[in-house]
Amino acid sequence: MIITIKGGFDKDGLPERVRSVDVSSGEVIGIVGPTGSGKSSLISDLEQFAQGDTSSRRYVLIDGSPPDPEMRHDPRKKPVAQLSQNMHFLADMKVCDFICMHARSRGRDPGLLSKVLEITNTLTGEPVHANDNLTELSGGQSRALMVADIAVISDSPIVLIDEIENAGIRKKEALRLLSGEGKIVLVVTHDPLLALMTERRIVMRNGGMVNVIKTTDEERRFCDSLFRVDTWLLSLRESIRRGEVLSATEAVI
Amino acid sequence: MKMVVIAGTPGSGKTSVLMHTVKNLQEMGIRPAVVKIDCLWTEDDARINRLGVPVRVGLARDMCPDHYSIYNTEEMVSWASSQGADVLLNETAGLCLRCAPYPDRALAVCVIDVTSGPNTPLKIGPLLTTADVVVATKGDLVSQAEREVFRERVVEVNPKCRIVEANGLTGKGSRELADIIKYSREIDGEMLLRHNPPLAVCTLCTGELRVSKKHHRGVLRHLDGFVEYVGE
Repeated sequence: MIITIKGGFDKDGLPERVRSVDVSSGEVIGIVGPTGSGKSSLISDLEQFAQGDTSSRRYVLIDGSPPDPEMRHDPRKKPVAQLSQNMHFLADMKVCDFICMHARSRGRDPGLLSKVLEITNTLTGEPVHANDNLTELSGGQSRALMVADIAVISDSPIVLIDEIENAGIRKKEALRLLSGEGKIVLVVTHDPLLALMTERRIVMRNGGMVNVIKTTDEERRFCDSLFRVDTWLLSLRESIRRGEVLSATEAVI
Repeated sequence: MKMVVIAGTPGSGKTSVLMHTVKNLQEMGIRPAVVKIDCLWTEDDARINRLGVPVRVGLARDMCPDHYSIYNTEEMVSWASSQGADVLLNETAGLCLRCAPYPDRALAVCVIDVTSGPNTPLKIGPLLTTADVVVATKGDLVSQAEREVFRERVVEVNPKCRIVEANGLTGKGSRELADIIKYSREIDGEMLLRHNPPLAVCTLCTGELRVSKKHHRGVLRHLDGFVEYVGE
């Protein structure tokens, strides 16, 4: 599968500098840019397969053609899973009822609930139970459940991720779970590690796509040391969370 | 002429959806006229007027706003046609969930806020169950899973409806709604309500479904504010 983003117009109504981007199965693409530059709008255009009918007037094509209208609206046919920035559930339902109902809406087996919970609990320190109320979950628990739900229930060939780094969960593990084999993954990020884990990144400015940068070999080598820094920071964070006092020796990477 | 009745829960974004839809209709070369029904006060007419379409406000005051809207349907239609409109967009006050002020030949649009939770579609009755189009707003505030669960609940109570995901801030979904309006039927002849309003004091309250003014008795308010008693 190839998806094509045909450039539309930026916030000033000028044509986007990048006129067309193709993304193929198995590719992980980053979307970067300052706050308000239009990253979330681009994700939203992809989610709804914009056909010149959104504020950016972009077109999103699948294998060169506009998608079937049913594919745009019916979750059973929709090939897109999206992890948005929302950190909380608003639905006043039990975890089990919600996940089973979501499985039904996607035409999946409600028996997948146990797998969703199992994966959720690998991503968060505080376990989530089937009978917990959705609205009472913490930010980290909600986010972990959203990631697991996308990986298991919304298992789709196209995955859109909006800023996973703020989630308070294991982000590299989450990205690995969400991307899977042969999927098209687009990830909005401010995080250098996540950005360099992608093959290319689309640069956004003033509502428009202004550049597409291929991750260089130099950046890839850099990525390894970034990963070590990130792991170190995570371990310090865990120590602080456990109420420990850090010593100077821990400052050595 | 076509007629669209836009109903929905208070604060669900009816006016924002309506305004974006008006812009899309204009781009398609379709001339809309808008009648905004409210209870006591509104300034939405000034907002809508800036789009350069004919706007009229009806304040129901002490009459049930949905009864008022139904009772004045003929007047709204003739006013819109005198303005040279191709389509009359009637936005209701959106207060009483028991009423569904949809005439059968009009396109019935129910605007509902996704953040109100997946139990809402089960609670709001004929307003949702007799609608042709259900516009789900504020979906950007919840996860994709929650939007899909919400949608499943809507389909449970109204399996035939067309669901449009819309956003009142960005205008998402309004083009799709404008397209549905474009291909909706023309209104002609006697219209019938899709569902009876609740029991109260005027003929509409006691189950009269015929829209035309000549069938109604009671204390009734006209679009221009004139109140009269019709009956023995």
